[in-house]
Amino acid sequence: MKRVYVNEEWCLGCHLCEYNCAFANSGMQDMALALKGKPIYPRIHIEEGEKISYAVSCRHCEDPICVRSCIAGAISKEGGVVKIDRAKCVSCFTCILVCPYGALAPGEDGVMQKCELCLQNSCGEPACVKGCPNRAIVYEERGEEE
Amino acid sequence: MRRYVIIGNGIAAVNCIEGIRSVDAKGRITVVSEETHPAYCRPLISYLLDGRTDQKRMQYRDPDFYDRMGCEMLYRRKAVRIDREDKKVELLDGTLLPYDALCVAAGSHPFVPKFEGLDEVGKKFSFTTLDDALALEQAVDKDSKVLIVGAGMIGLKCAECLAERVAEVTVCDLADHVLPTFLNFECAAYVQRRLEDHGIRFALGDSAARFEKDASSGAYRAVLKSGAVLAFDVLVLAIGARANASLVKDIGGAGERGIAVDEHMRTSLPDIYAAGDCTESTDVSCGERKLLSNLPNAAMQGYAAGVNMAGGSAVFDRAIMMNSISFFGLHSMTAGSYNGELFEEKTDTSVKRLYTEGDLLKGFVLIGCSDRAGIYTSMIRNRTPLSSVDFEMMKKAATTAAFSAGAREKMFGGMV
Ligand SMILES: Cc1cc2nc3c(=O)[nH]c(=O)nc-3n(C[C@H](O)[C@H](O)[C@H](O)COP(=O)(O)OP(=O)(O)OC[C@H]3O[C@@H](n4cnc5c(N)ncnc54)[C@H](O)[C@@H]3O)c2cc1C
Repeated sequence: MKRVYVNEEWCLGCHLCEYNCAFANSGMQDMALALKGKPIYPRIHIEEGEKISYAVSCRHCEDPICVRSCIAGAISKEGGVVKIDRAKCVSCFTCILVCPYGALAPGEDGVMQKCELCLQNSCGEPACVKGCPNRAIVYEERGEEE
Repeated sequence: MRRYVIIGNGIAAVNCIEGIRSVDAKGRITVVSEETHPAYCRPLISYLLDGRTDQKRMQYRDPDFYDRMGCEMLYRRKAVRIDREDKKVELLDGTLLPYDALCVAAGSHPFVPKFEGLDEVGKKFSFTTLDDALALEQAVDKDSKVLIVGAGMIGLKCAECLAERVAEVTVCDLADHVLPTFLNFECAAYVQRRLEDHGIRFALGDSAARFEKDASSGAYRAVLKSGAVLAFDVLVLAIGARANASLVKDIGGAGERGIAVDEHMRTSLPDIYAAGDCTESTDVSCGERKLLSNLPNAAMQGYAAGVNMAGGSAVFDRAIMMNSISFFGLHSMTAGSYNGELFEEKTDTSVKRLYTEGDLLKGFVLIGCSDRAGIYTSMIRNRTPLSSVDFEMMKKAATTAAFSAGAREKMFGGMV
């Protein structure tokens, strides 16, 4: 099962992944129309420490605590991908309360959203990886049976 | 073929089924449920009444779940006795269900103290089941004056969902502030203010002493302890919950307020497991044995119970009290225990309180500032030494950047 991984040493902290993510999930054709002058709601975010930066998105955990904790039965894991059924979500934020990685946040409509590896949107592969100028974000297999 | 019986069909039960099936594809699973519905999301009954969900979307699992899992469902049936010698569960109608492994996932029931005059109140409800919610929905209209006794989570969720559909909602509680089990007076004020902004009225530090019916008009009124009088026509009792522990305690199972379970979800009796709101277990944030009733614990305990019942090996030893709840868009989160030293940061619209003791984060309250709170929660559950993180950075905002490079490598460099 391929997942998104980040090499801290190579991350420039440029936030491009956030824009590429928001665009890939916007359903729009034109990046400027989709994002320009608006607040963005990406499913990946840059964490910044004193000397480091790196991108964080869903880890698609082996035993995801968000799936068991969701009070709306809206989060499930299928084929290794942790997915959220946004029609069932009631924005209680219990997933935010339990995710050890800080990987979930509400979208523009207040409903929770998360990284689903761009498998369902027009990008078809993680947009954050595709657009990372320094190849700090990679999409690869790092060993696990599924 | 191994025979599994599960008493209850709530959150813990469904996760128990999934746990069993992760190990044993064939064993026979029988589920006994007093309710008439497939498992639904109990916390969503208030969202059903304010229109943010519907009966279809609030189903906990997809419609073929029980078929796919190969479960025999006995709806509208009640387990009344466990025969631990013969390993059978007896139902109210006399049916005997033999088991090799039993899980008691019976949840809790609302506690209703004796009130003078309560029997005379026509429209009175609890608010813990889908049927309660549907009955309450039938009983109210735009002119209703609703009185809710209890300013805990359930009472307030009920108040929120009725606010727009009725004329008046009043909440009374003996406690002098809302959400008394989660929040102190100061923090509770933020939540209360938000509810008041939406027209909900409060009578706190004062509670119903008795109910009276006006003989001529047929109207009801509650006389409070202070002597104040409140007119109402629909009453909701949301005073508290009691664990459904008697099935196990009656036959000698250990437990104070709930069924005592260990980290494998075993009760003190052989081949009998328990999970969810009916249990008491160790709170890892303080080491005390407690009822730790919340949905995430019920789900994780149920899953672990199922795995172990089927001969697998699962440990769940990270239970803490934790809750995330919102009222009219204001999110409040609480976790762990409020012991030790307090770090506090307040604004007009938010409060952050972090409690540390020795080298550990013990608990928190976050109102209106819940970003990435799970990073704090995992520190409590994993007992992450504060000396291993940059806690000064963590006080400002929950961030994994405050962890050591080695810890980050574990979190982000491979499978978790
Ligand atoms: C209005 C409301 C809001 C809530 N909000 C939240 C929230 O935001 N976050 C959170 O974490 N938790 C919340 N909770 C609590 C949460 O719903 C419970 O912690 C969770 O449902 C516990 O799951 P359980 O499986 O242990 O019990 P339950 O879901 O209660 O299921 C137990 C089932 O067992 C059945 N049963 C009992 N005895 C028998 C018997 N003898 N024979 C047959 N069947 C039996 C019962 O009828 C019931 O269906 C809320 C609860 C309510 C009522």
